[in-house]
Amino acid sequence: MDFNTPRLRFNFAIRKIKNNVVAGLAMLATALVLVPLAAILFYLFYKGFSSLNLAFFTKMPAAPGEVGGGMANSIVGSGIILALASLMGIPVGIAAGVYLAEFGRGKMLGNAIRFTADVLNGVPSIVVGISMYALIVKPQLHFSAFAGGVALAVMMVPTITRTTEEMLATVPHAIREAALGLGVPKWRTTLSVSLRTASPGIITGCMLAFARVAGETAPLLFTALGNEFWSTSLNQPIDALPLRIYKYANSPYDEWHRVAWAGSLVLIVMIMVSVTLVRVFASRGVLKGGN
Amino acid sequence: MGVGIQVEHLNAWYGTTHTLQDINLHIPANHATALIGPSGCGKSTFVRCLNRMHETNPIARATGTVKMGDVDIYADASPVEIRRRVGMVFQRPNPFPTMSIYDNVVSGLKLNGFSNRKILDETAERSLKSAALWDEVKDDWKKKSGASLSGGQQQRMCIARALAVDPEVLLMDEPASALDPVSTSKIEDLIFQLKSQYTIVIVTHNMQQAARVAENTGFFLNGKMVEFNSTHKIFTNPSDKRTEDYITGRFG
Repeated sequence: MDFNTPRLRFNFAIRKIKNNVVAGLAMLATALVLVPLAAILFYLFYKGFSSLNLAFFTKMPAAPGEVGGGMANSIVGSGIILALASLMGIPVGIAAGVYLAEFGRGKMLGNAIRFTADVLNGVPSIVVGISMYALIVKPQLHFSAFAGGVALAVMMVPTITRTTEEMLATVPHAIREAALGLGVPKWRTTLSVSLRTASPGIITGCMLAFARVAGETAPLLFTALGNEFWSTSLNQPIDALPLRIYKYANSPYDEWHRVAWAGSLVLIVMIMVSVTLVRVFASRGVLKGGN
Repeated sequence: MGVGIQVEHLNAWYGTTHTLQDINLHIPANHATALIGPSGCGKSTFVRCLNRMHETNPIARATGTVKMGDVDIYADASPVEIRRRVGMVFQRPNPFPTMSIYDNVVSGLKLNGFSNRKILDETAERSLKSAALWDEVKDDWKKKSGASLSGGQQQRMCIARALAVDPEVLLMDEPASALDPVSTSKIEDLIFQLKSQYTIVIVTHNMQQAARVAENTGFFLNGKMVEFNSTHKIFTNPSDKRTEDYITGRFG
């Protein structure tokens, strides 16, 4: 066939133009997504960095009008609440995802859990906060770090459950059969083969859920409440960075506004650092030549 | 050592489809037995009934008796026990992608709780030698992912993995159909060597392959076993007209 006719040359030129237009649109869309993100980060650094100093990490909040002071209690409080939420939310979320993917396919219970997870994913965070207030704070008659951890765990579970299910679904059936064919029981196949093969995606899902709840304020308003003083007790109200930022940003004092900017910067950096650490940790021991 | 397999009145279903209809045959110990037939005739289902992999599909079921030596695998044992005694090699190589070559080979032992380092090392080396892969991988077998090998090497690794649990029977479901001719001939050489120690059942679409490696051949058609005979007889003087039509290429 002769490819050098005017008609085919014309078609080829048109295809090249189309190709360039679509590639250009894709790049434009990427830029549109990245610009606000970069702008937020830049603005946070611009506003927050100047107020960051050692005292911010070591001192307690200062009274209005006083200069200086830090967020030591809020940083530790956030760490405690998030650790608590991860300890509760990640195992439950992964276990539910494993049930959905490996045992609950096409079963009534499986469908009910999947539906519940999807609905829970769409529940506004303030509603989760009020529910936990009614379920934990009210009966206990006091706000607590524990209640805050549960509220955030409840928000983590649906995301982790659905990601785990989807990641397990991408593990080829042939790999499960290989294990079963070696006389490996089903539970062991699920734990050591399916979950292990799907683990990079599951870890990403956990990190997304973690990053999402790390900045949540609304559920903590009704559960952890906030605390002006140092507290590491799970049974007492506890401060958290988002609560402190919310309080300071709403205040009329310029000094507090400055500290709130610094707190926002620290919160974002904390999330970025913990996500990166998990990624680095998870990618250790990966074999060469795998895919 | 291998063990003979006696199959009596074996029936299998997927949902309402009657995939295998009253199969009766004796597979002799320490021989290679080939199963041929057109696509969808039930030969893969048949081998999957020999290690009870068939029933891992929720809509599948099977009836009848399959005796491996003295053990009726459907009555006297759990599927997990049976699969430890009956190794399986699949149509496409299916290495565990997160494991090294070494871990792949000993996975059957490790995943069943076996952890003696020295025995694992010895077993892995012996199995890789039996599968004619040792020389190609010995330098970095503990660091390199099993999924990084070529298709033919992966399939030999899967054979080594099946041999490492020391089975009595080796089922091979079209083990060379996804491989190039060189890898195929390596696998065939391997079957030839292995059958002195194991009872081998091999499903194949390639009739020359059946003729090259197997003493006996069964011809399946539409869920029934039409003929079972010595490979020589099947290919030179089949007793059933349908067998003759199939091997001379008149259908299928």
